[in-house]
Amino acid sequence: MTAQNPDNRTADNPKIIGKLLVLVVAMFGFGFALVPLYDVFCDVTGLNGKTGNKVSFEIAPIVDESRVIKVTFLTSLNESMPWNFQAEQSFIKVHPGKPTTVNFIAKNTSNKSIIGQAVPSVAPGLAAAYFQKTECFCFTQQKLKAGEEKLMPVTFIVDSKLPKGMNEIVLSYTFFVSNKNEQDLSVATYDETAKSKSLTLSLNQDHIL
Amino acid sequence: MNAVVEEHHDHDHKPTGLGRWLFSTNHKDIGSMYLWFSFTMFFIGGALALLIRAELFQPGMQIVEPEFFNQLTTLHGLIMVFGVIMPAFVGLANWQLPMMIGAPDMALPRMNNWSFWLLPGAFGMLLASLVMSIMGLGSAPNFGWTFYAPLSTTYGPDSTDYFIFSVHLMGISSVMGAINVIATIMNMRAPGMTYMKMPIFVWTWFITAYLLIAVMPVLAGVVTMMLTDRNFGTSFFSAAGGGDPVMFQHIFWFFGHPEVYIMILPAFGIISSIVPTFSRKPLFGYSSMVYATASIAFLSFIVWAHHMFTTGMPVAGELFFMYATMLIAIPTGVKVFNWISTMWRGSLTFETPMLFAIAFIFLFTMGGFTGLMLCIVPADFQYHDTYFVVAHFHYVLVTGAAFSIMAAVYFWLPKWTGNMYDEKLGKLHFWLTTISANVLFFPMHFVGLAGMPRRIPDYALQFAEFNQIASIGAFVFGFSQLIFLYVVIKCVRGGKKATGEVWEGAKGLEFELPSPAPFHSYTTPPEVK
Repeated sequence: MTAQNPDNRTADNPKIIGKLLVLVVAMFGFGFALVPLYDVFCDVTGLNGKTGNKVSFEIAPIVDESRVIKVTFLTSLNESMPWNFQAEQSFIKVHPGKPTTVNFIAKNTSNKSIIGQAVPSVAPGLAAAYFQKTECFCFTQQKLKAGEEKLMPVTFIVDSKLPKGMNEIVLSYTFFVSNKNEQDLSVATYDETAKSKSLTLSLNQDHIL
Repeated sequence: MNAVVEEHHDHDHKPTGLGRWLFSTNHKDIGSMYLWFSFTMFFIGGALALLIRAELFQPGMQIVEPEFFNQLTTLHGLIMVFGVIMPAFVGLANWQLPMMIGAPDMALPRMNNWSFWLLPGAFGMLLASLVMSIMGLGSAPNFGWTFYAPLSTTYGPDSTDYFIFSVHLMGISSVMGAINVIATIMNMRAPGMTYMKMPIFVWTWFITAYLLIAVMPVLAGVVTMMLTDRNFGTSFFSAAGGGDPVMFQHIFWFFGHPEVYIMILPAFGIISSIVPTFSRKPLFGYSSMVYATASIAFLSFIVWAHHMFTTGMPVAGELFFMYATMLIAIPTGVKVFNWISTMWRGSLTFETPMLFAIAFIFLFTMGGFTGLMLCIVPADFQYHDTYFVVAHFHYVLVTGAAFSIMAAVYFWLPKWTGNMYDEKLGKLHFWLTTISANVLFFPMHFVGLAGMPRRIPDYALQFAEFNQIASIGAFVFGFSQLIFLYVVIKCVRGGKKATGEVWEGAKGLEFELPSPAPFHSYTTPPEVK
């Protein structure tokens, strides 16, 4: 575009403004599109080491008796949630490929019912792809009545394809007060969006050792 | 658009009184308002910074409560970024673009008026939260200028909603300003001025305007998500509802990194105008300057996560963002070498604008080098969130962007007012500013490397000496700016008459106009060969 004749220099303005406004609206939309894109990107590339709230179905795994993997459990509560939450044991040694069940105990220490959502995370991040949970209290939201204590099992398999040299895994759970509490305290249903969303959080930071 | 037609009626007839400013559609009046607004905010943001430095003069709690300290750092950052640097550049664009391209005014004068008058509203609201905090009516925003979730969502004070609305207004103002700049540059150039004949300042603003249009809406998006998270039960950034606070940082920095180039590209344009004038040589490597600016703008979109290396990113991601960030050093280096080559064997004189321009080249390059240090992933884990980062971005924003603005004011003030500024006081201002800025920011590198975290009101004893030096530098720096204010006021009120050319041999259409520049610049477009 070369310089304009002075008499109609502003004749093009509406066209330019129109185009630029389309760009503005598109970029506003792009900001929101980043929300699902962020998940898709991490799913496709497998970046971010997320273990997610996903059920894994591992059939007839090969047990590798020659290796011993130490799995350490970490538990934490978010936003001063009035619960106690611990693993029954602080770590366990397992053979890759062997299903293992560990119990976690949660107790509601307040005087009202609270729905919680546990968010898992595995460190080191690269191990997440080899850490399969076949049963987990994090798959559903957990409701505890005032003073109630609950035993919550997790069954997991460490994939025998876990890279050599990776001999320690940390599994961490953080319980969050679910935002379901404000809406409907009687039904603790599984939140589909919570399932599909990435829930890797700052937990990962704790694990960079 | 009949604005241009109307202006033929008012030729040489300025509106008077308050209405001249409130309803102004004149690029020079609006430019002056932007610059005075920015100057006012500079002193407010500076006062907050001095409170911060006073608190940090000694270890232990001295003057303010920790909660209030957090509000000080937050407001200082927001005001300096959105209230000082950005409006000052828009003000310079308003004054200079029409004169530099041979146009009578900006393409969209009424929108220009509106985009300025949104700013006092936006900052009035932001500062109101600080006033309320001082009156004991609740906290002002206290989560840092980067307003990371959940600090600004779950834990944000009530005033966060003021902050969100204020950011929306600033965003609308910037986007309108940017549309105006693009329309002006595309449509209003004098006959014969092709794109590759435009002055570099026009080029850098052209590219900056596109950056603004690309990222200010993303900022609007992220604060809108905060708004709905806080008030309407969504969970964009709340893990309990399926969101992710780390995603906040991704979206914020997708805006934030281009934003830091928005604050430096016009500075490159200013330096590229000043250095050739006082070297009495044409700019070395004009077209490489244009391409370097465009490359920096492009790269700014693919480096954002270098602000987030410690969030637990995978190594592949860290490496990508590290290498992409290092690439930026190449076009930036091209610019620095071009400026030096422009000065090489020139017949240099050292008036105040040139002094600021040379200080800019030297000190901005230092800030660039610390940026390179920060982009190295393993080193960043040590430097992250320490005073080293504070030193880095103050070198690029204060001795970089702010110095370029001061240089521009000294350079073009005679053109705007028709009077020469007081050269002696200008030089005094330069030396005090440059020395004190280094006394202020250089020790921050050392305390940062030694491990002092940023945004804290108290610190370990071993950091005391460097902090004292920095605080002394801060007070000298702050009060030196009163000299600047005095020089500007004195120049506006009178002084030695400036010629049209202002500086010996100055090139550019703005220097072909008489000084002071007439109310309407080029009602008949000049012919550019």
